[in-house]
Amino acid sequence: MSAASAVSEPAAQVWERLASVIDPELDESVTELGFVTSVDVDADGGVSVAFRLPTYWCAANFAYLMAADMRAAIANLPWVTGIGMTLDEHMYANEINRGMAQNLSFRQAFGDAANDDLDAVRQTFLVKAFQRRQAALLAHLLASGREAEALVRLTIGELASLADEPERAHLISRYMERRHVCGGAMDEAQPAFIDIHGVPLDPATLGAYLRELRRVGVNAEFNSALCRGLLAARYDDVEEKPVRFYPRTRDASTIRT
Amino acid sequence: MFRTQDGEDIFIIDGHVHLWDGSKANVKNVHGQQFIDCFYAYHKNLSPKEYLWPKEKFDQYGEAVMYEDLFVTGYDDMAICQPTYLTDFYKNGFNTTEANYVVKKKYPHRFIVNGAFDPRDGEAGLERLEELAQLYKIQGVKLYTAEWRGDSKGYKLSDPGAYRFLERCEKLGIRNIHVHKGPTILPLNRDAFDVADIDDVATSFQNLNFIVEHCGLPRLDDFCWIATQETNVYGGLAVVLPFIHTRPEYFAHVISELLFWIGEDRILYGSDYAIWSPKWLIDKFMAFELPESVAKETGAKLSLEAKKKILGLNAARLYGIDIEAQKKLLEQTPQSAVAHA
Repeated sequence: MSAASAVSEPAAQVWERLASVIDPELDESVTELGFVTSVDVDADGGVSVAFRLPTYWCAANFAYLMAADMRAAIANLPWVTGIGMTLDEHMYANEINRGMAQNLSFRQAFGDAANDDLDAVRQTFLVKAFQRRQAALLAHLLASGREAEALVRLTIGELASLADEPERAHLISRYMERRHVCGGAMDEAQPAFIDIHGVPLDPATLGAYLRELRRVGVNAEFNSALCRGLLAARYDDVEEKPVRFYPRTRDASTIRT
Repeated sequence: MFRTQDGEDIFIIDGHVHLWDGSKANVKNVHGQQFIDCFYAYHKNLSPKEYLWPKEKFDQYGEAVMYEDLFVTGYDDMAICQPTYLTDFYKNGFNTTEANYVVKKKYPHRFIVNGAFDPRDGEAGLERLEELAQLYKIQGVKLYTAEWRGDSKGYKLSDPGAYRFLERCEKLGIRNIHVHKGPTILPLNRDAFDVADIDDVATSFQNLNFIVEHCGLPRLDDFCWIATQETNVYGGLAVVLPFIHTRPEYFAHVISELLFWIGEDRILYGSDYAIWSPKWLIDKFMAFELPESVAKETGAKLSLEAKKKILGLNAARLYGIDIEAQKKLLEQTPQSAVAHA
């Protein structure tokens, strides 16, 4: 992709859009994870995207959700005339590919077998992502010596002003992307740190609260490590990257970045 | 047997082993091929390099190799075979009680063979369960609640149909219900490996033990919560333990959560052989210490006593094994290298 060109090539535009699609469970971009294998754009504006998953058995609802999100992200491009999505080597590749071709909902594609409401699944995992990103940011800030008391009183505006070095800026921006999920207004005077019910955090119980969050992180780490590892084992071309995991709340030296 | 540096012998019962046939000759369809390929990816992903097998060996390793890996080079003293039938994917099934029992007959003191049931089989399934109890004297079963069957995309242990099977287990003296709640096969909806149904049946069936294999990961939090409240719920370490090699720090967190929530009396070692091998798993586990910062946070301790319980004493309690008597039996009937010719 040429960073210099004002309007990038069509395929590059598609890649850019795909990069914004997140695996809900792993909370990472589908392109970053190596799920998207190819993007082709024909002369008439037809786009074909091929993607793959870590195993043949990966949950169909998640696969469908990601496929639908990719489709929607590309459909936003003004020049796109048609979209073909091809999932390969998956137990439900046919159902998913057909569902994408006909723009069906998950239930339409899978019939009675699909008793899941994908919007509910999406919401559940947005909340988990919120918790995970918040835990990472709080761990980072506590490790850098900030007092819990002062920390939980930060407003959104004050938190933004702390983004003075790259790692912290990254964690703040990741968290702020999900801050809206758990409610409340988003103006600068609002508390930066709220729980999943939108209630500002209490410094007296912050320790216990962070331990709760860490269990969410432990689950996510399991998924992330396993999915990346299995994808790497299945397709030798994938580089296995270390997973972000912020296990501790106080000891900065052991926090992996 | 694992001997500590102080010369203490630790008796080891492996709660989770398989003797499978994933060979091309046995594979029935693409699902069967993908299933064994997926197992291999787990093996390749989490094993130390020096323990990696070529794929052909992994497809079908046979009983001699199994015996060697578990009891000769490995430290296991006994192993519990957990069946995975998968008859829709494999001509003769993937890893059946029947096939496991052939090995048990050769090495009777080494193996415990479990059965399986699927409540969706109804009356015929109940009869089959009776038969397994009679033929193989099974003390436990391995269940896959997320397994698809026809139009059904899994079941819950709390379904009325499943209750009938659990009642029958009680009657037949099948006390140990191992339930696969972890990385799943055939998932459509994640609910199929939700652990809430364990909560229900553990309360209703106080005489049965429920061993949640893979500790409900990726739902460790839910699992810990229910396991804390139900004294007959256990956590099986299969799939969890191999992380000790690739991600020791992460393993430290999981085991400390388990120790904190459910305690050292209700955690069971399982290698998940032949995906992983007892030799390296136990070497690493015995050498493993909780980092101080982790121990401080949860207050959990992974003492030698705790390791002994996890590696053998807990399973011995569940399966009624008198360890001293069993040691004598094993000494009196040396069984290594019997079927190697």
